[in-house]
Amino acid sequence: MSAALLEVSGLTRRFGGLVAVDDMSLALAPGEILGLLGPNGSGKSTVLNLISGALSPDRGSIRLHGHEIASTAPHRIARLGVARTFQLVRVLASLNCRENVLAGLAFGRDRLWGHAAEQRADELLARVGLAGRANTATTELTYIDQKRLELARALALDPQLLLLDEWLAGLNPTELRQGIALVRSLRGEGMTILLVEHVMDAIRSLCDRCVVMNAGRKIAEGSPDAVLADAEVIRAYLGDDDA
Amino acid sequence: MKPLLMLAAGAIAVAILATVPLYANGYQLSLAITLLNYTVLATAWTLFSGPTRYVSLATVAFFGIGAYTVAVLAERMAWPWILLIALAVGVAVALIVGLSTLRLSDVYFVIFTFGLAELIRQIVTWYEVNVTRTLGRYIFVGIDAADIYWQLLALAVLVFAAGILIRRSRLGLALRVIGDDETVARHIGINTTIAKVALFALSAAFMTLCGAVMAPRWTYIDPAIAFNPVISFQVLIMALLGGVHRLYGPLFGVVPLVLLFEFLLARFPNHFSILVGLAFMLIVYAIPQGIVGFVERLLRRKGAAA
Repeated sequence: MSAALLEVSGLTRRFGGLVAVDDMSLALAPGEILGLLGPNGSGKSTVLNLISGALSPDRGSIRLHGHEIASTAPHRIARLGVARTFQLVRVLASLNCRENVLAGLAFGRDRLWGHAAEQRADELLARVGLAGRANTATTELTYIDQKRLELARALALDPQLLLLDEWLAGLNPTELRQGIALVRSLRGEGMTILLVEHVMDAIRSLCDRCVVMNAGRKIAEGSPDAVLADAEVIRAYLGDDDA
Repeated sequence: MKPLLMLAAGAIAVAILATVPLYANGYQLSLAITLLNYTVLATAWTLFSGPTRYVSLATVAFFGIGAYTVAVLAERMAWPWILLIALAVGVAVALIVGLSTLRLSDVYFVIFTFGLAELIRQIVTWYEVNVTRTLGRYIFVGIDAADIYWQLLALAVLVFAAGILIRRSRLGLALRVIGDDETVARHIGINTTIAKVALFALSAAFMTLCGAVMAPRWTYIDPAIAFNPVISFQVLIMALLGGVHRLYGPLFGVVPLVLLFEFLLARFPNHFSILVGLAFMLIVYAIPQGIVGFVERLLRRKGAAA
């Protein structure tokens, strides 16, 4: 696994007496889509927050291309090529769509500014399906369009690793199909993606592998079909009686 | 071409304003100085607090540092050196305070900045009482009202120029992102600490210089005059009334409020504070977007109706 893009091992994070993430390990090969699954409260978002630098781990290591990034400030991690979206969509309300993407371009790996940045911003908006909406206020966007904008902002960082926190949640079937196609096309460009997701259709059609968490620990790992049939996974989601 | 036109209009306005001391009488010049003083302070306040939404009550801390530096150094060296030293002290304090407090959010930051101004006032008072054994200093420098006016005008031009340059820069965008969502800011590669501290220090630099330039107005100052917290509140209320979303917004708060305060102070000297408090509440309740925001919304509604 030395060729891994991201390698997490022994990751532990406590909140007071609660161990939210307990000795977690996972790895992503370049170009892979890994699904991180588990019931609510199992620690998935905390893992994402630890990787993106929003939180510091109590123990364990996170390596990006072999370099330790655990406990690094989030802006440094972003500049190293890790971009993310948020579980509760976070667009920049006082900025218009183009400016939202410009913000990602201006401070990310490329540090684009000026005319070149505006052109790139419009390309990225088109890429996520927001062509021609550059000057639209974010308050006028529908929920899916806000999610698209958030994705465009993340892509503006030109990331090597993209962390999607329930990016496909709350979409209607048509939107979901578009969303899945969009994520798949990103992989086609060589991007590596770690996605936290509950939508089973998305997991089955997108993920190469899945890691399932429960109560902060990894309980299964493998192909989507294999882990979703795993007895312990079913017990984690549905309880003992149904297993 | 529009920016060039704006630049020309600005240059003409400054040229006209520069002639005021040539024909204004004593009272008019004094009023003009007060207007410029608050224009510089409120615009400098907006440079930082407008985009980031960090409400600072430390205005008078820096203003007072500027004024007191002049009181201590007056007659000991040439005027430009005094200004330079005041500037250095103000920026140094701003950097220390910025690095230690800008992690605080919302109301904690407000209260800390208010406490900071009081703390500095108490330290200066303690020093004067226990070390120099005099509370209060006389300032005798060969600087008259017209000189003060011109210096303030130059400072006003600088603060606007700085605001325009920042607005068009990466730093300006960074501050707006921070104001919207600091978590997002950090996750798109913005070093939020550096951005905030840099702007806080720049804003403080203008406030300090403003205090230094204004000091000769008083001939006598003591800590209660130089660090009067009312100044912080007045600057805040003026910026809010004008509107902090535009660089020129505070102007629209400074002019009516300076005139109003002037009137209240002349007519109701004993009830001044109560009336200022009432004005403050009215402004926050009635036009939270400020005059500029209010007018812009009105125009937009009219445009939509037409």
